[in-house]
Amino acid sequence: MNTESLASIALNALLVNNFVFSLFLGLCPFLGVSAKLNTSWPMGLATTLVMFVSSVCAFAINWLLTAVQLEFLRLICYIAVIASAVQLVEMAMKKFSPALFRALGIYLPLITTNCAILGVALFQTTKEYNFVQSMVYSLAAGAGFMLALVLMAGLRERLALATVPKVTQGAALTLMLAGTLSLAFMGFAGLGSGE
Amino acid sequence: MTPTDKQPPLNFDTFLSGVWRENPVLVMLLGMCPTLAVTNSAINGLAMGAATTFVLIGSGALVSLLRRLVPGTVRIATYIVIIATFVTVVDYVIQAVSLALYQALGAFIQLIVVNCIILGRAEAYASKRPIGHAIVNATGVGAGFTLGLLMLGSVREILGAGSFFGLSLFGEQFQPWVVMLLPPGGFLVLGTWLLIVGWMSERGGAPHAQARHVHEH
Repeated sequence: MNTESLASIALNALLVNNFVFSLFLGLCPFLGVSAKLNTSWPMGLATTLVMFVSSVCAFAINWLLTAVQLEFLRLICYIAVIASAVQLVEMAMKKFSPALFRALGIYLPLITTNCAILGVALFQTTKEYNFVQSMVYSLAAGAGFMLALVLMAGLRERLALATVPKVTQGAALTLMLAGTLSLAFMGFAGLGSGE
Repeated sequence: MTPTDKQPPLNFDTFLSGVWRENPVLVMLLGMCPTLAVTNSAINGLAMGAATTFVLIGSGALVSLLRRLVPGTVRIATYIVIIATFVTVVDYVIQAVSLALYQALGAFIQLIVVNCIILGRAEAYASKRPIGHAIVNATGVGAGFTLGLLMLGSVREILGAGSFFGLSLFGEQFQPWVVMLLPPGGFLVLGTWLLIVGWMSERGGAPHAQARHVHEH
């Protein structure tokens, strides 16, 4: 059982070990959807929601599988749960906000293969978080992902107006930018660990 | 295989396109998460590449064998379960062979499940081709992925630790460039490699430049 305080878990997942900039999780949507500010935050929100739902389900599944000693099925069960959670969020979004649903398009079903979500489920299992800790962890991780996405989108919107050499256009420049942002996030290292 | 199937001949290009022209790391920009996360040393990159190649070949072969049996509506779910099975196998094998490596790669072994290269190959290639093609192509893509990881891992290990595959290169007085081992180094080195590849294709070299715009949605 892990005795880390809730505030420390939240701070850790949000800034110190930010899922995008220090754990390298969820890079595909991060590079794919961060070109425009007005699609980046709904994407972050949807991802956070899926993260939360699948984290709760993963906690229940882990408890069940440990009880019947079938731990080797954990990975397969987690991925199935995440796929269903994405479907659930997709249906909810289609019903409550069709405009948003259209704006996100193909990226919504692709949340299934966002490794940040499976990452949350796996890390909370490895770290042996209890139920409340897992919920806080998943919400903070989602918020951290959203923060990274929005920061990057703001920078890339500015960058679209800049004149850069033809070779650096596209992915190379984006990665350099991510590297610089990641360097900035390194400044948070050590925060919240001194207790 | 029925005679109505029109297949391109199985030749060396089936293998080579995955290694260079459609290199998953440098040209297609797929599977970025493990690429950046585990390449802080050359040996980690190589191990990750080998594990991913195994999963690619295994799932490619099985998907190709089952391609006439799997109904279209549930195919993605089926592929994911097939991939997850092979990843579980790799996970336990690495744990048994080398505990140090298992700890270095950490959760990223299990995260091979959500590596988009594997699902992409299953959906776009293996589900439409006979098993021979699927295996050769998967080997090629796996080799390309390993090559990409090795390029990244070597640069980061040489600059960040002054060693290559654990062998010290520069002697005592070398001041390691530690940031290369830290997360920002991953982004910067990959960005630099993409610049080099882009510059080469600009001058008429091999990989195609159009994939640089893949993420420009």
